[in-house]
Amino acid sequence: MSPVDEWFAAARKRRLLVQTCAACGHRQHHPRTVCTSCGRTDRLGWTEAAGTGIVDSFTTVHRSPGPGFDPPYVIARVRLAEGPLLLTRIVGAEPRCDQPVRLDWWAQPDGGALPVFVPED
Amino acid sequence: MTVAVVGAAESDLGVTGLSSLALQTQAVTRALTDSGLRLSDVDGLATTGLARFSTAQLAAELGLRPAWTDSTAGGGASFEMYVPRAAQAIEAGQCSTVVISFGSDQRSAGSRSLAGVVEPWTPEARFEAPYGPLTPISYYAMTAQRYLHCYGEDTRAGMAEVAVAARGWALLNPAAYRHDAGPLTAQDVLAAPLVSSPLTTADCCLVTDGGGAVVLTGLDRARDLPNPPVVVLGYGEATTHVGMAGADDLLRSGAVESGRRAFARAGLTPSDVDVVELYDSFTITVLLSLEALGFCAPGEAAGFVADGRTRPGGIFPLDTNGGGLSYCHPGMYGVLLLVEATRQLRGECADRQVRGAEVALAHGTGGTMSTHATVLLGVDR
Repeated sequence: MSPVDEWFAAARKRRLLVQTCAACGHRQHHPRTVCTSCGRTDRLGWTEAAGTGIVDSFTTVHRSPGPGFDPPYVIARVRLAEGPLLLTRIVGAEPRCDQPVRLDWWAQPDGGALPVFVPED
Repeated sequence: MTVAVVGAAESDLGVTGLSSLALQTQAVTRALTDSGLRLSDVDGLATTGLARFSTAQLAAELGLRPAWTDSTAGGGASFEMYVPRAAQAIEAGQCSTVVISFGSDQRSAGSRSLAGVVEPWTPEARFEAPYGPLTPISYYAMTAQRYLHCYGEDTRAGMAEVAVAARGWALLNPAAYRHDAGPLTAQDVLAAPLVSSPLTTADCCLVTDGGGAVVLTGLDRARDLPNPPVVVLGYGEATTHVGMAGADDLLRSGAVESGRRAFARAGLTPSDVDVVELYDSFTITVLLSLEALGFCAPGEAAGFVADGRTRPGGIFPLDTNGGGLSYCHPGMYGVLLLVEATRQLRGECADRQVRGAEVALAHGTGGTMSTHATVLLGVDR
């Protein structure tokens, strides 16, 4: 199974994985087949995310990019406690930059799930 | 050998009803006419976004068999990336006359999508597209949001001023899409409909047809041609990331490196530049690029553009054709930065001419601040 497929299989079980290089300790998202820090291809594994992070930035989308999207909604770059950034949605309330957020899951029509985040405090 | 721009032209702009190939052919033939060279003199071509084999498609259309081509695909920055490649090919003797061109019918064809182009096999399609960003608008929107957070909500006025100043220049440029639209105010920008907060429609570039071309050849030959040569003084580029989450720091772009490399190669500093043509895909793009290129310090661009400094008559002439915001934005705008820089250095810009302009900077940006390329041009001394 490719790293991407492994990541989505874990997400289906509502586990957020962060790819981790056992050789140098680097953590990266999205998962891939090379460590972008040390270049090794043979020591990549996984860390399970604690489920906390900080909002790097966000935007409320007011126009639909296509079928299945119903603006307005908030997308954001969240920096996980483990280090990497990911694109996600913020649910519940419009956040602030640098606000702490915690992990939640967004059920997908295919039975899968995507990580989303909820503002704290 | 030093290389010079000897011809520059636009295609028809706006809503043309013409095909991308026809627009690009217009741009190429007009630029050649401007240069005093003929189609048969062209032995190098650089373009992108036209077809799967863009340069072959264009060469076939023009009836050429070029000795050198480049289709480097760096989005809107591609054309500033072609200048060094063309200069090096001419210097190395691989070809003698290069045309850099672009044309797009995106407005007439209705081909622009808010979702952008995300190939289904890419990580961005799996990890980002399901969340529904507008590509690339939402990236720039998040950049603007971070800018407001780090440097203060009052910097929003600086973003608006970028659009206001662009309109001021467009009112002086008969070719500009918004030439007859009247002045824009900061209040207009803020009151326009939100697209991806905090950016409104007035913070976003136009969606138009259009195209342009520039012709390059060796300086010795250029001196025998009708126009005063516009000399390639320096260039630099940087490619940094793709997608929405690929950049570690939204506020520090690859323009830092591309600008530093270009100034070093030219032996110039930002204070030597008389006229600046920055890719204004969005208002925030301009603020970040001004800072990255060294015209002001990080966090200072909003204050830098205040008081009309970049408007017509201001001491820092910026995006003097009206820019992507008010002049023309055919999807990839970079070639038109080169066209305007060339015209300013040749003193051809009539009401919007920057008096005594001897050094111009053109800076292209592509994708989600993915690609950056800086070109310094100057009069022949």
